[in-house]
Amino acid sequence: MSEDLRAAVAAGVLGSEVAYRSLLQSIVEVARAIFSARASSIFLLDEETDELVFEAVAGEGAEELVGTRLPSSTGIAGWTLVTRQPLVLDDVQKDPRFSREAAGRTGYVPKGLMAVPLLVEEQALGVLQVLDRPQRSRFSLQEMDLLGLFASQAAIALQLLRSARRASAVLAGSGDDVGVVARLAAALDALEGERREAGLSLLRDLDRVLGP
Amino acid sequence: MVEPEEELVEELPAWSLSAGAVERIDAQWPERVTREWAWAGATGAGLRVCIVDSGIERDHPLVGEVQEAVAVSVGEDGEAVVVEDTEGDLCGHGTACAGIVRSFAPDCQLTSARVLGAGFTGSGDVLLAGLRWAIEQGFDLVNMSLSTTKRRFATELHELADAAYFRRMTIVASAHNMPVESYPWRFSSVVSVASHDDDDPFVFYANPTPPVEFFARGVDVSVAWLAGESIRATGNSFATPHLTGICALIRSKHPELTPVQLKNVLYLTASNVGGQP
Repeated sequence: MSEDLRAAVAAGVLGSEVAYRSLLQSIVEVARAIFSARASSIFLLDEETDELVFEAVAGEGAEELVGTRLPSSTGIAGWTLVTRQPLVLDDVQKDPRFSREAAGRTGYVPKGLMAVPLLVEEQALGVLQVLDRPQRSRFSLQEMDLLGLFASQAAIALQLLRSARRASAVLAGSGDDVGVVARLAAALDALEGERREAGLSLLRDLDRVLGP
Repeated sequence: MVEPEEELVEELPAWSLSAGAVERIDAQWPERVTREWAWAGATGAGLRVCIVDSGIERDHPLVGEVQEAVAVSVGEDGEAVVVEDTEGDLCGHGTACAGIVRSFAPDCQLTSARVLGAGFTGSGDVLLAGLRWAIEQGFDLVNMSLSTTKRRFATELHELADAAYFRRMTIVASAHNMPVESYPWRFSSVVSVASHDDDDPFVFYANPTPPVEFFARGVDVSVAWLAGESIRATGNSFATPHLTGICALIRSKHPELTPVQLKNVLYLTASNVGGQP
């Protein structure tokens, strides 16, 4: 099967981008809740433009930020992405460039942030940030471990979103020859019971006629 | 201490040692390696330390003079481009590392090799180019609070780490506390560092169950940051320059130490081995 057809079938059955966006949104909401933080966000690396894009935001700045872009290798998020190292910083409002950029985006300047790279195997897909957890106690190594575990989950969700987007992009640019395969795959995936069996039987017959 | 003369290293074939030649490699080791022996009175004077990171801010009060700053990039032809760096620090992290090293070794010479800023794509090649440049310059210590997960870089990074090791350079690298394979900290020719949460900057532990070899202070550390400020920070990337600083003290007092000897001294003076708490 060609890459395009493979992507088309995948696009038909992978589920919509909307579903994955909901998953990412749920992840930032939970990250915000477990660290009792004021905000949490996920950036995805856009490989085409080599920029970080806000994909999901919970809490402060949620409405303004989604879709906003940052450089991929400067600033705190860029450092985290390039070096693959998590960072926890307090008093970041003292960093004039960080404060100016944050204020410019939302008017909200956090005091503290946690930033962790989103890694799946050898790929760095983006960055998870958690802003302004309570300052009542110093940061602990257990929290760092929790952040790392949480980032692993977020990374898998981000990878799924990226695969779905790639498949959709291939489908959109490939004309109706491939589109019909995607629609068939999606329709078959949605069928149940006898109708599904009948559909599969029809496809098997087609396979015998057209197959090698 | 051992005096492994350069000539001796040159003279002896690498593949054998005859019985008659044993007297020529006479080595001595003090009866007891203590922290007093290892670094008391040392200031880092004469030691050349390279911080491979996001750059170092000029004239930061917690860093002081930076002897040299270069920006590393890779041209379209794949060749490394190393030029004088006038940008300073593009994140704050390199300045933090430099400040930590200087807090231990105020008289060491600091060089900044900035490997960030040219975009994420290609950043692995820039990291390699930066490390290769640092090895060519023959620094005594290279602080690398960064890593890559790209397997295609692993072999070349491994060769570079070994080249540094045989040139008596020590690379001190941040370990990863996430379940992924990353480099160069996993190589045995480097000193790898993760965090403990004690406040004492001189407390460090030897890990009996590597790959992470040492734990140094990395939680809630006050560090130099942009605009002459300081902030509080947590992460293995801040533990690493603590150990680099301690290495700078040891090597400035005992410049003859090879990387394997330095690692032994670190082990023997670790807080859970022979070092005082």
